[in-house]
Amino acid sequence: MKRKVVVIILVLICFVLQCTVLKAIPFTKVVPNLLVVVTSSFGFMRGKKEGLFVGLCSGILIDLFYSDVLGFYSLLFMYIGYLNGFFKNMFYDDDIKLPMILITLSDFIYGCIIYIFSFLLRGRLDCFFYMKTIVIPEVIYTVVVTLVFYRLIRGINRRLEEEEKRSATKFVK
Amino acid sequence: MKKKKPKITLSSEYVLLIFSILCVVMILLTFNTNMTAGPLRSVASYVLVPLQKGINQVGSVVTGWSEKVVNLNEVVAENEELKEKIDELTTENNILQQDKYELARLRKLYKLDEKYPEYDKVAARVIGKDAGNWFHNFVIDKGSKDGLKVDMNVIAGSGLVGRITSVSANSASVLAVIDDTSNVAAQILSTSDNCIVTGNLQLMNENKIAISKLTDSDNKVSPGEKVITSNISDKYLPGILIGYVDEIDTDSNNLTKSGTLRPAVDFAHLEEVLVILKLKGE
Repeated sequence: MKRKVVVIILVLICFVLQCTVLKAIPFTKVVPNLLVVVTSSFGFMRGKKEGLFVGLCSGILIDLFYSDVLGFYSLLFMYIGYLNGFFKNMFYDDDIKLPMILITLSDFIYGCIIYIFSFLLRGRLDCFFYMKTIVIPEVIYTVVVTLVFYRLIRGINRRLEEEEKRSATKFVK
Repeated sequence: MKKKKPKITLSSEYVLLIFSILCVVMILLTFNTNMTAGPLRSVASYVLVPLQKGINQVGSVVTGWSEKVVNLNEVVAENEELKEKIDELTTENNILQQDKYELARLRKLYKLDEKYPEYDKVAARVIGKDAGNWFHNFVIDKGSKDGLKVDMNVIAGSGLVGRITSVSANSASVLAVIDDTSNVAAQILSTSDNCIVTGNLQLMNENKIAISKLTDSDNKVSPGEKVITSNISDKYLPGILIGYVDEIDTDSNNLTKSGTLRPAVDFAHLEEVLVILKLKGE
């Protein structure tokens, strides 16, 4: 229960940051995609199911506020969370390489899918331009932010796991 | 081990399947029908709008600081430039004022109504912008409580910003005219030639919007001319300034022209907007 509340609050904070403060930073044209970082992190840290739910929460928020079609972002984020869940067995708590690779890939694929579905299908064919000005800068910025932000998520997850373990052992006694 | 109530647990594959189907159904429903997420959005916005408002204030303070430092030199130069301009404009204004009185007299003579009636407007603050980098829609802090409806026009200072695409009780989403999915029926003010103004992500980086299908058989339209919303638009009220023509080239069919315009509104620093409380259809 506590985990759910904490995760939802984390997603809310990321969403709000992403569409207010991070948009207002004057030197950067793109916004890092914190929601992808959170979704993907919980995917490989906690498994498919939790990744799926975190993705769903993030997607619904974007759908409700900024999308014409309800459900597109939910679907996209959900699959990002789910697919990251496949790497749970390869994930070690201290390793930073795998998370970085997975988050980079997730964000890149996220950008590509949005380009394909909402630009390419409307006849905007100049794919290199969109890669150069949006997808790649967003990925780079996201990776830089992830270096700090991922530690925070990992810290929160560790805290939650410790607490769950403690209450579980209490229960057994 | 403890005894536990039997709990129904679905494997993640099933959960994924169920939600995928749900999402696809929602996509099809919202895409093919007029159903919107209005009620759901209202619930969500009760939580998020206050949050966004608060954080946004912090954000604008931070932006204010950094811009102050960066722009101080520019501002000094600009100040002198502007002072010169004030003198220029005052003289121009005097002339125009005289023209205006003359026009008013003439209108009275011809018993013409005012061409553009004064619309009722509501001021709103921009509290959030699109969460990604692809689109240019934003959320404002007024909603159906303040009389806002879908398709109402949004302006800021000197020109057209966009139109409202969805409304909840205390917030509304606005689709900006520079967004890649936006189309506006427009006309050139001086010649009344019709054209279509389309937002374009590629041009957006240079702060421009595309013009297309301009029929200008007399070759009169030149850079700098005003582009306004047209009478034939079914969503935008007529006569709102969109921007100024930047470039114009003849299309390969030799009949129409296309080019770019500079929007009258500074979309990068949009903070307050005005919503016109009149729908085109009314």
